[in-house]
Amino acid sequence: MPVMDFGEALNLALREEMRRDPRVWLIGEDIVLGVPFGVTKGLAEEFGPERVRNAPISEAAIVGAALGSAMTGLVPVVDMHFADFVTCAMDEVANQIAKSRYMFGGQVACPLTLRMPYGIGKSAGGHHSNSVEAWFVNIPGLKVCIPSTAADARGLLKSAIRDPDPVLVFEHRGLYRVTGEVPAEESLVPLGAADVKRAGRDVTVIATARMVGESLEAARQLADEGISVEVLDPRSLVPLDRATLAASVARTHRVVIAEEGPMRGSVGAWLAWVVMEQSFDELDAPIARVAGPNIPIPFSPPLEAFATPGAADVISAARQVLK
Amino acid sequence: MTPGPDQLLQVYATMLRVRRFEERARELYAAGRIPGFIHLSIGQEGVAVGACAPLRRDDYVLSTHRGHGHLIAKGGSLRGLMAELYGKRTGCCKGKGGSMHIADASVGYLGANGVLTSGCVLAPGVGLSIQMRKTDQVVVTLFGDGAANRGPFHEGINLAALWRVPAVFVCENNFWASTTAHELSTAGGSIAARAAGYGIPGVTVDGNDVLATYAAVAEAVDRARRGEGPSLIEARVTRFMGHYEGDPQGYRSKQEIEAGRRGDPIDRLRRHLAQQGRLDQAQAERIAAAVEAEVQDAVDFAEGSPRPEPHEALEDLFVHYPWSD
Repeated sequence: MPVMDFGEALNLALREEMRRDPRVWLIGEDIVLGVPFGVTKGLAEEFGPERVRNAPISEAAIVGAALGSAMTGLVPVVDMHFADFVTCAMDEVANQIAKSRYMFGGQVACPLTLRMPYGIGKSAGGHHSNSVEAWFVNIPGLKVCIPSTAADARGLLKSAIRDPDPVLVFEHRGLYRVTGEVPAEESLVPLGAADVKRAGRDVTVIATARMVGESLEAARQLADEGISVEVLDPRSLVPLDRATLAASVARTHRVVIAEEGPMRGSVGAWLAWVVMEQSFDELDAPIARVAGPNIPIPFSPPLEAFATPGAADVISAARQVLK
Repeated sequence: MTPGPDQLLQVYATMLRVRRFEERARELYAAGRIPGFIHLSIGQEGVAVGACAPLRRDDYVLSTHRGHGHLIAKGGSLRGLMAELYGKRTGCCKGKGGSMHIADASVGYLGANGVLTSGCVLAPGVGLSIQMRKTDQVVVTLFGDGAANRGPFHEGINLAALWRVPAVFVCENNFWASTTAHELSTAGGSIAARAAGYGIPGVTVDGNDVLATYAAVAEAVDRARRGEGPSLIEARVTRFMGHYEGDPQGYRSKQEIEAGRRGDPIDRLRRHLAQQGRLDQAQAERIAAAVEAEVQDAVDFAEGSPRPEPHEALEDLFVHYPWSD
C-alpha cells in the first residue's frame, strides 16, 4: 500500500472527489497556495480558480456562500483555515446550515463539508489551538467526524463530500505530517463506523484524533507490563457507532475515554454516558477520562505542555480502572 | 422599466393579497389561532411586490423574519403559508418553521430567517451556483435597515461584488430596528451609499411607490442577468404595525404611523391606476373579492388541516440518517 501523510491523503480525497463530481468546489482563505497546512495545494492548477476559490477573510460569507450554493445544487467544501475561526461564522453553521433543512420541513438539502483544522501544538496559543468538536456534536443537524490516520482522513473526507447532509471533518493539525498506509484503490470510510486500532483484553481506550496515537503508545508501554489495551477510534461522533463500542466494552469491561479538548461538557463526557447507558452491567470499574484542563490553550511551551494530554495520562487512567 | 398593462393589475392584486393575508393573520393571531410570534409587513407591500414582480418563478429570494409578503409576492402558496403559521402538518414547512422560518422552495423562496442579515451571506453562494450551473437566474435578498449594521451585510456584499454574481440586495428601510430608531443605529444616513464602497450601484427609492421600486429592482435584475454583477437598493417604507404583533410601540409617535398610513402604497397604486383609466371601481371590487376568497380559502385550509403528530418532530433533520444514536 502507498504511504502518505495525513495532509496528502486529504488532498487525494479532494482531488478524487473533484474529478468525480463537477459540482464539488472548494472555498477558504489561502487555499490556492494551500497555506498553512498544504492540504489544498495543487488543486487550483488542476481544477481552476472557479472551483478552488480563495476567499476574503470573511468567515460568515465563506460559510454562508457555501450554504447558498449547497441549497441550489452545488457541493461545497469549506476550509475553515483554523477551526477556532468558526466563531466568526457560528450563525451560519449553528443556525443556518444545521437548521435549514429541518426548519423548512425537508424542502432543501445542505450537502456541504466543513474541514476544520484544529488542535493543540507548536505554541500557537489561544486562538489557533482549540479542540472545538464538542460544540458541534451538541448541534442537531450536523454530522461530525474526526479521523486519526491518513487512510481514515481520506476515506472520511470522501464520505463527507458524498453525504447529502452537512458534515464537519475535524483534522488535527498535529497529524498533517504523520504518515500511514493508504489503499492504492479508491476507498471510502463510512460515517458511523468505529475502528478498533489495536485489539486488547483488559481495558478499552476510546480515543479520538491525536489521542489515538497517544493511546497506541500507552498500549505498547502497558503491554510490557502484561496489560492488554484495546484502542477504539469512533472516527465519527455523529453518527456514532454504538454497537462497536458496546462489543468492545463487553470484551474488556473497563473503559478509558481520551480526548484533547477540555474536560467539561465534552465529547468524552457524552461518550461516557453512552457507555454507561448501554453497557452499565458490563463495567467492572467506573469509567476514567483523559482530557485537557478547563483553560484556554496557553502559549509558553511548558504551559502548553501542561494543557496537552498524552500517553502518560492514558497510562495512569488505565491503571486507575484496572485497580 | 414598468410592468406591462396586465402585470400592473397583477401587481395591484398581489399587494392586496399580501395586505389582506396579513390583516387576517393579525386577527387570527389575536384570536389565539396562531402560536408563537408574528412580524407583519403591513404598509411595506410596495417593497415585497416591487422586488418580486420583476422576477421569474425560477429566480431565488432570500427573506427575513418579516417575510410573509415576500413569499406571497414570489408566488408561494397562501394555503401552505397560513397552515404553517398555524403550525399545521400541511404547512409549507410541515409546522417546523413557523412565521419566522418559512420557505417555499417550489417558487425559489429559500427561506425567511430568524437571524437578521443571514440572507446577505447566502446570496453570494446562490449567485455562484447560478454562475457555475450556467443559468441566467437571479437571487434577490431582502433585509431590513437594522440588519445592514451587522457584519454579514458587508461580508456578503463584498463577496458578491468580488465574484460579480447575479444578486440584488434589497434593503427594506422602515426606519426602525425593532424598537431602535434608524438615526440612533445607523451612521451615514444612507444604506444605499454603502454600495459605493464595494463599487456596485446603490440607489434609494420610495418603497411606498411600488412602481418606482419595481423599476429599480427590474433594472438591477436585468443588470445581474447580463452578468454585470450585484446592486444594492434601499427602499424606504413605513412599518404600520409594531415590530411584532402585540408590540405596544411606546417608543413611537402616533403621528408617524398616521403619516405613514396617508402614504399607503396600495391606495397610492389604486389612485394611480384609476387616474390612468386602468382600474375602474368594478374591477377593483372584482380583484378585492378574488383576493378575499383566496385568503379565506387559505384560512379554511389551515383551520381544517391536522396538527402534526408529536413524533414528526424527529423527521426532516437529515436526508440520510439510518442510525439511532
